[in-house]
Amino acid sequence: MSLQATTWQTVGPFFRIGLERLFDADIAGVGVEGERVAVAGRVLDGDGLPIRDAVLEIWQANAAGKYAHPADTQDKPLEAGFKGFGRIPTQDDGTFRFTTIKPGTVPGPNGTTQAPHLVVGLLMRGLLRGLVTRAYFPDERLNSSDPILGLIEPSRRATLIMTPSSEHANLLHWEIRMQGEAETVFLEF
Amino acid sequence: MAIDPAGAWGLKGAALSISNYRKPFLGTQPEFLHTPYASSIKRAPQKPLVAIPQTLSEVTGPLFDRDAQHAAECNLTRSATGGEAQGQRIAVSGRVLDENGRPVPHTLVEVWQANAAGRYLHRYDQHDAPLDPNFTGDGYTMTDELGRYRFVTIRPGCYPWGNHYNAWRPAHIHFSLFGPAMATRLVTQMYFPGDPMLPFDPIFNCTTDEKARNRLISQFDWETTIPGSTIGHKFDFILRGADATPMEDAHHQD
Ligand SMILES: [Fe+2]
Repeated sequence: MSLQATTWQTVGPFFRIGLERLFDADIAGVGVEGERVAVAGRVLDGDGLPIRDAVLEIWQANAAGKYAHPADTQDKPLEAGFKGFGRIPTQDDGTFRFTTIKPGTVPGPNGTTQAPHLVVGLLMRGLLRGLVTRAYFPDERLNSSDPILGLIEPSRRATLIMTPSSEHANLLHWEIRMQGEAETVFLEF
Repeated sequence: MAIDPAGAWGLKGAALSISNYRKPFLGTQPEFLHTPYASSIKRAPQKPLVAIPQTLSEVTGPLFDRDAQHAAECNLTRSATGGEAQGQRIAVSGRVLDENGRPVPHTLVEVWQANAAGRYLHRYDQHDAPLDPNFTGDGYTMTDELGRYRFVTIRPGCYPWGNHYNAWRPAHIHFSLFGPAMATRLVTQMYFPGDPMLPFDPIFNCTTDEKARNRLISQFDWETTIPGSTIGHKFDFILRGADATPMEDAHHQD
């Protein structure tokens, strides 16, 4: 039997009504193992203007590199309080902010190892279907051998790597640009 | 016994083996840039998406706690104080299936919509139509073990928007579903049969495949219509399905 997946439609400008119940800017969960980080940034349109009606959905592994999901059958610890999911709307000035822990490494294709990363789903008015991208950590030696980053033109890889903040240790910056010279790399799979 | 929510994975010795969720059929999903939909012009990515293999990061995704997320009955027509929403009561029900026709059990379905006058309870909504003190327009439910869902609401009104001169959205209900993986995420809108605004709506018409588009229109249904009370509409969701399961895995009975 082969059915066709339902067609996507835009989330529109009023998604807060239905999606707000699961707005949550703490991705990891309280008291979970791992190096705490805060991620702050903006979502910008093709004119460089802030997008106030976007929502990010973050999905990640725990510090040991295990997802809270039965398809992850790795023999690694998974603490009961770990969630690995959060949904964060942008503010009127296009900014977003969330806190989490740096995930561990997870396996990639053909025996490779993926560098620590966040999977980031992005929905907004104007997007007819959702986009997915990734956020990688700065100064991470595994980035250079990451099998997914390796598929991206070297000149565009930096759009997926968060940058350290000069103000605070453990604060990372990340901008999502929908268009233009520094357009964020979006992934399909 | 391991839970296998999508038949999308299996364990081969020590190595994870992941089978892929299918790619969309040609023309059945919207392109990002659809110029009749003005908001897409400055927001659609201009560079091609980068194709990556599906890894553990894509074939996993949030699974919501059944008890915490299960609303005994998803009824949008009753306010917290017991008041009744204005408008024609409808029941929307159907199944969530994957492309292989298998039910997607215990998955979260989130809904939001305008009220009967075509007004959203949202600070960005400037439409000069009345708010209904007894209608917030949000709801959620979990599918049951057979992938079925049902909720009761009121038929939303059409509403004007600024996309082009005299633009009106056809009546629609917004839906958000997760399925078992990041790869199965779906956000869509359900429409109503016979809506005269459908041929003119750039969002409904953003998908080139006409059949795929028309599957977004719910069907009136006698069987779920409650005499003297509520008109029934049927609407099924199809989430991406996994390609043939790993070779080692030959146990599918369902
Ligand atoms: Fe809408």
